[in-house]
Amino acid sequence: MEAADALASGPKRSVGRRLADLFHGHPKLGLGALLAGPIGWLVIGYLGSLAVLLIASFWTVDALSGETTRNLSLHNYDELVSQGVYLDVALRTIGVAAAATLTDAILAFPIAFYMAKLAGSRSKAALLVAILMPLWSFYLVKVYAWETMLSAGGVINWALEPIGLHSPGFGLTSVWLVESYLWLPYMILPIYAGLERIPNSLLSASDDLGAHPVTTFRRVILPLVLPAMVAGSIFTFSLTLGDYITPSLVGGNVQFIGTVVFANHANNLPLASAFTMVPLVVMVVYLMIARRLGAFEHL
Amino acid sequence: MRGPNDRHPAKAAWLIAAALIVAMVGIGCGGSDNGGGEEGALQKIGKPEGELNLIAWPGYVADPWQSDFEKETGCQIKLREAGTSDEMVDQMRTGEWDGVSASGNASLRLVAGGDVAPVNLDLIPNYQTVFDDLKDQPYNTVDDVHYGVPHGRGANLLMWNQGSVKPAPDSWDVMLNPDTASQYNGQISVYDDSVYIADAALYLKTHEPDLGIDNPYELDEKQFNAAVDLLKEQQPNVGEYWVDAAKQIQSFANEDVVVGTTWQYQYFALLDEDAPVAASPASQGFLPKEGATGWSDTWMISSEAEHPNCMYKWMDFIVSPDANAEVAQYFGEAPAQTKSCDPSTLTAAAKADGLSPDPKFCDKYHAADPNFWDNVYYWITPVADCGDDRGEVCKDNNEWVSAWTEIKG
Repeated sequence: MEAADALASGPKRSVGRRLADLFHGHPKLGLGALLAGPIGWLVIGYLGSLAVLLIASFWTVDALSGETTRNLSLHNYDELVSQGVYLDVALRTIGVAAAATLTDAILAFPIAFYMAKLAGSRSKAALLVAILMPLWSFYLVKVYAWETMLSAGGVINWALEPIGLHSPGFGLTSVWLVESYLWLPYMILPIYAGLERIPNSLLSASDDLGAHPVTTFRRVILPLVLPAMVAGSIFTFSLTLGDYITPSLVGGNVQFIGTVVFANHANNLPLASAFTMVPLVVMVVYLMIARRLGAFEHL
Repeated sequence: MRGPNDRHPAKAAWLIAAALIVAMVGIGCGGSDNGGGEEGALQKIGKPEGELNLIAWPGYVADPWQSDFEKETGCQIKLREAGTSDEMVDQMRTGEWDGVSASGNASLRLVAGGDVAPVNLDLIPNYQTVFDDLKDQPYNTVDDVHYGVPHGRGANLLMWNQGSVKPAPDSWDVMLNPDTASQYNGQISVYDDSVYIADAALYLKTHEPDLGIDNPYELDEKQFNAAVDLLKEQQPNVGEYWVDAAKQIQSFANEDVVVGTTWQYQYFALLDEDAPVAASPASQGFLPKEGATGWSDTWMISSEAEHPNCMYKWMDFIVSPDANAEVAQYFGEAPAQTKSCDPSTLTAAAKADGLSPDPKFCDKYHAADPNFWDNVYYWITPVADCGDDRGEVCKDNNEWVSAWTEIKG
């Protein structure tokens, strides 16, 4: 102690020591300094860019040069509302996002249930690796692989031909298929975690009281695991809603929010910004509902 | 972070204002110092900077001429290939690029936006012998100020799969007439850019003369709506709207699509892969009977070019007889340089490209035949002024872009 005091009060106090002294007496200052970086990043990098996007959506484009002019007007929103195509595209995208989410929920539940309740520790680990493995490979490669498989000369046609069927080709169906494939792991993992939290004794009790397995599923498991499903759906829904690469590679002649924004980003940035507000608003509403359903405890 | 670089906002604003004033005075001085060159253009080529950043159409900057240029001038090229004029305009506005191979639907926007600088043609000796009908054109010269060097020109191609599309079509009917197009439901490949509306307008010019369409880029409300409606009818039959040339090559190779509009670049690439594709015959100048939209491209220099000396070297190099013959034959378009049409130059260039010699290449591509180009409508930015006695009632680019989103549904 004496040695430390001597050092602290000595003439050669280092900067680090002086800072340490400062923070020692003021715990709030320490917390503030610790959080300043991440919070600054969040506010400036995330919210700031959203604010710029919002402002840009009120700008217009010069007809001759195509340059953005910074006169505020409601022109873009007027166009979004008055031209039916934007509503069609928005509804189509939301529809595919919902369909992919539902598909993933249906596919994910049995896998997650098996992992959480039935599998031994070894096969559980193997399954976890199998589910996470696709996430290690590059997203674009997977979509390109689907593009090749779905094409007219692709493996899907080759396999289905003998039974008189053919590949869905490029379009709405293929986008739904590929989105469902891509985001499945994001649904399995939260459901798996949610099922792990349900004590086995609860299921036994339901069984002991004479409930049919379907009743146990419906009245015990589903209500308990629903928040986890909603948590998973936040990922599958929002990732599909904002996806651009999948629709542009396997979407054929069908437009989605992402492709419309991309097509307009070069020649009408303000309109693209205004249209970006659509998925943003959809996600805000979605998250509010998800919060109500208790999904945030399962993220 | 506090530090010596910490500036008071007001002070920063003053500095910017001062810089702007200096810049404006600079431009003014450039104007008064008009020693035979263009206003605000480079007066003398200095030492090459060793680097050159270009944004170009696929196939415009490639070997062998790219390496030749780099060896000759020491300017190393960084290249981005663009799929649409919109992408080129967007990229040029980042200020990252020294130059661009702009088509007419980009060039006017770039000039109007101040993104490209006037060009001092005295510094480009090879410009002298460029074909006269490419000089002083509305897409490269504004108010008598020159904004670049012609690169070459061509027509958009009608291409089809010989196995699936029979008999060989001689008209855009095959993809625009709703009755015939429906035979190829989901297998039609359409260029994904609002400028494609002009293709529909050109088709209507022949097939619905009552509309009175003359120039497919100068469309009044009635004409425009007719073209848009035609494309809306076409939409259900479209398999893909393409912007990426490589992706279109793949779609034709996989036979996901069997008929579409394309560029010579994709056509020749597919022939190289022995894909069973065909295009409107060379004997007809690659044109279906209605004619075609096309391009006449211009190399332009950015107003913020970091490597102006290298860019001037490039603009002179790309219209030099050998390089222009090489790029024209590689891509499949009419060269801009008259001297490129010399049979021995063509033969040497074809050899350098690894192609079979074609001393009559320029005849085939009508390089020296101004009348041929009457049936080719170069891409240009649509503006409200119809250019005739109709006045300011034509649809401008914003309306074309907005309609294009609507067409795709």
